[in-house]
Amino acid sequence: MASLSPGFHGRGSRSLVERLPPGQYPTESFPVLSAGPTPHVPTDRWSFTVTGENGGSRSWTWDEMRALPQEQPVVDIHCVTRWSKFDTRWEGVSLDVLAAGVETSAGFVVAESFDGYTTNLPRADVTGGRAWLVHSFDGYPLSPDHGGPARLLIPHLYFWKSAKWVKGLRFTTEDEPGFWERAGYHDYGDPWREQRYWNDA
Amino acid sequence: MSAPTPGRGPSGGWWRARLTSREGQTTTGRTLRFDVPGWPGHRPGQHLDVRLTADDGYQAVRSYSLAAPAAGETVELGVQTAPDGEVSPYLNEILPLGAEVEVKGPLGGWFVWTPEDRGPLLLVAGGCGVVPLMAMLRARRAAGATGDPCALLCSVRAPDELWYAKELADPTGTEDVRLLYTRQAPPGGDRPAHRLAPDDLEGLPASPETRCYVCGPTGFVEHATALLQSRGHPPGSIRTERFG
Repeated sequence: MASLSPGFHGRGSRSLVERLPPGQYPTESFPVLSAGPTPHVPTDRWSFTVTGENGGSRSWTWDEMRALPQEQPVVDIHCVTRWSKFDTRWEGVSLDVLAAGVETSAGFVVAESFDGYTTNLPRADVTGGRAWLVHSFDGYPLSPDHGGPARLLIPHLYFWKSAKWVKGLRFTTEDEPGFWERAGYHDYGDPWREQRYWNDA
Repeated sequence: MSAPTPGRGPSGGWWRARLTSREGQTTTGRTLRFDVPGWPGHRPGQHLDVRLTADDGYQAVRSYSLAAPAAGETVELGVQTAPDGEVSPYLNEILPLGAEVEVKGPLGGWFVWTPEDRGPLLLVAGGCGVVPLMAMLRARRAAGATGDPCALLCSVRAPDELWYAKELADPTGTEDVRLLYTRQAPPGGDRPAHRLAPDDLEGLPASPETRCYVCGPTGFVEHATALLQSRGHPPGSIRTERFG
């Protein structure tokens, strides 16, 4: 059989294997990918609500959220469209703090956004210090095209799980596939196992 | 929403694809056609991943939009050479005719339109963002007129950056194709070069049930979707695809 792509040498780094999940390439830019128009949500009308599976809920206004303990994660992010960006700098609130606002023993959570977008996650993936509600990127307020005023940051999963324009978390006993998860994308989305699409293991 | 399950290629979801033709669309844009034995078909607006493999096993993968509706085992891509790109310059300039790459797909289950999707259709393209919209327009032409209005707004910097010029110059009876130049207009045109403006949308379908598809660079999509919303299109009726 003839070799594939003859004459292709590639100039990507062969030495990033430790840091670059399979099938990804590094980028310095910050591409924008969204399914529809960018909503513009003023912070004085913003709120974030966490709802338990039994109906209990807890909400924060913008100022209340900003008064919570703030963290400054520096993380690599990986988009299912194959770009990865290293050492991105964010500021926000750990989802551990927000999730503690309600009683829950649910196994799953749905993140819900102001534009109707949803994405689903196991509860274990939004707790344990590896997921945040972020409002700043690189020292500046998060711009609307990147999900401002606030988005999720869950860097250990493909970036569509880090819902833009997020307005709340709803804990669920059953797994409820979200927007992209119903449109052909993997239910869990681990970049290191290359879980991009429905058929991926 | 129906399933866009990628076809199960013979090798971990990857199909071998043989380049059968390549033609210039613009100075940096090419139409590439591949023969993909076993290709399961796709819907207009979907894309696929192309994987290149170097002799040392290094691989690079990028996504490209399908420019034409399903036609057996032939797929047509529109590839814009990205400055300093790793994959697009190879596809557009180096990959020999008859040689193979690997592809995975079809991919994407949201930015799709098929002729069964009735109602007015409004397609808004910035630059090479016209590629997936062309698949929709071609599918609509192939299905025959339904009476539903359809418009394509195609914004490019200059005439030599217009893709599919010949096909777009020959609209069918129920199509309204508008070519908009942002930097340099063709001689004799009655619209001076400027970015997409409210006037450019005058007379186009505006009812809330109009299906709007916008594809282009991020700045263009932000601008175009804001214009569409200001003329009353609900956010939920506007589907977008951005690049760059």
